[in-house]
Amino acid sequence: MTALESANQLKAKFGDLVTEPTEFRGEISLGLTDAEKIFEVAGFAKQTLGFDFLVDITSVDNYGEDPRWTVVYHLRSMTANTELRIKTNVSEEKSELPSVLPVWRSANWHEREIYDMMGIRFSGHPDLRRILMWEGYPYYPLRKDFPLAGKPTDLPNVAFTKPAPLEGGPFVTVAGGGDSIGREPRVRNPEE
Amino acid sequence: MSSVQEIEIRDSAARAAQAADELQDVQGERMVLNMGPSHPATHGVLRIVLELDGEVITKADPDVGYLHRGDEKIAENMTYTQFIPYTDRLDYLAPLANNVAYTLAVEKLLGVHDKLTPRCQYIRVMCCELARISAHLLGLGAFAMDTGAVTVFLLTFTEREKIYNLAEAASGARLTTSYTRIGGLLRDVPPNWCDQVRQFLKEFAVALAEAETLLTRNRIWVDRLRDLGVVSKEMAIDYGLSGPNLRGSGVEYDLRKNQPYLCYKDLQFDIPVGSVGDCYDRYLVRMEEMRQSMRILAQCVDKIPGGGANASKEPVNIPDGKITLPSKQKVLSSMEELIHQFMLVTEGVNCPPGEVYFGHENPKGELGFYINSRGGGVPYRLKIRAPSFVNLSILGELMPGCMISDVPVILGSLDFVMGESDR
Repeated sequence: MTALESANQLKAKFGDLVTEPTEFRGEISLGLTDAEKIFEVAGFAKQTLGFDFLVDITSVDNYGEDPRWTVVYHLRSMTANTELRIKTNVSEEKSELPSVLPVWRSANWHEREIYDMMGIRFSGHPDLRRILMWEGYPYYPLRKDFPLAGKPTDLPNVAFTKPAPLEGGPFVTVAGGGDSIGREPRVRNPEE
Repeated sequence: MSSVQEIEIRDSAARAAQAADELQDVQGERMVLNMGPSHPATHGVLRIVLELDGEVITKADPDVGYLHRGDEKIAENMTYTQFIPYTDRLDYLAPLANNVAYTLAVEKLLGVHDKLTPRCQYIRVMCCELARISAHLLGLGAFAMDTGAVTVFLLTFTEREKIYNLAEAASGARLTTSYTRIGGLLRDVPPNWCDQVRQFLKEFAVALAEAETLLTRNRIWVDRLRDLGVVSKEMAIDYGLSGPNLRGSGVEYDLRKNQPYLCYKDLQFDIPVGSVGDCYDRYLVRMEEMRQSMRILAQCVDKIPGGGANASKEPVNIPDGKITLPSKQKVLSSMEELIHQFMLVTEGVNCPPGEVYFGHENPKGELGFYINSRGGGVPYRLKIRAPSFVNLSILGELMPGCMISDVPVILGSLDFVMGESDR
């Protein structure tokens, strides 16, 4: 079964919940309109369509748009050697969707990482702790509104709380920041 | 005369239960032991919180993140080309392979991954295989040293030194190679490089055989590795293991074969798989992978387009001014190339909007890059799927029921790098 056939089967099973599969660079993606159904879709993809290997789960911060979060699942079938990407949107107010840990155990650390980096919670996850940052760290550093240089915290004794000395450092450009002078923080006006 | 011995291999939960049964009358208080983050057997800065009953582990909680540098955040703030040096620091035992993996992902986004020049493809494959040998050698040396066989470490590091010299000849740096560029390479390899690789292969075959005689049938080594840390096929897939750890459990899956990229289709090599999935199988798979890498390298030095010295002047970069930098001569003498160079350096390679995932068979497993682009020269979101991170998540399942002296063996057999795991 090719990835497109699997995507069409998902579409046939879940109807309007699943958007039309799209193809880009030979990869099939489809969207799930209701994030609450991700567990059912994941279970069906594994049991019936044979996607037994969860490659990765990741999240995208669509800052300034609604819904803010996109959670991206990369699935693979080891026997059919096909891959499928499932994307689902989560609003900022909710910031929660069901965990797929009972379907693939590798989801454990991926979901913890997303919670740690972006602050999206996974309901049903038995051990949703921070994983890369330390316990008690107050921010979600991969959010687009978190500055690259970091933020000071007023919590005592949590490592150093001053921003990392990256701001204004070499080779730090700002995405979409107009012309090259605007994107290059090393450039200073002569008056300054 | 031959005899058959029945061996029962039980999973970790059964062994934990058995250990608890046997120790019923001496069961006392559990002790929590904090191993790492600064411990020689944790290969970097992994911390494991072990709960012990005597010497038997009852619970293990791996704690990662001590080497977190925010690579994904940094990537969102610079052009695609500027991020290449950061990939050196992911799996710092195989920087060349990381460079190749990352640039292939960006090239896939650009839609030019199948338009790479043949010479570039061959050089990249050779880089990947040298990196694989180098990473496996370090993994093997450190693994053996943790279990008490220090000689192997000295042997493998002598050979790694030669690979560093090869990397230096090609890229100018031993560790922070940054050798690839989007659409090609920093530069062609020096004229005598292929001969140096040939010479290395000759010497390495001897050293590998020597390392093997020290370990493979060594009674102590076998006793410590066999039937330890058994990962079944289903468990390996369920936990998302990749690379030698997956194949050690008997799953024949290698991205070089299953989703061929570069010129791997034209090369002959085999995929070694284990049968039991214990530490010994993972060791054997890595040994055989090094031999297969030698086979690939030997084919590459013979088949590389243009030959070692590139007498026919085969290009290594895609001849497209919007992707690869033009030659300095052209930049200084022609207006169009000057504009291209200026745009590439200031704005970066202009990528189309869209999203791609590219998984690369790295020495540690599947190194994947998910790029979410909204157009322009900067990724909107770049996710690194680090094989070590995923491979480590199985520790909590693998360790209960083992003795504390088994911990370095299991860690060594999983062969992880924290730079990549923590990003």
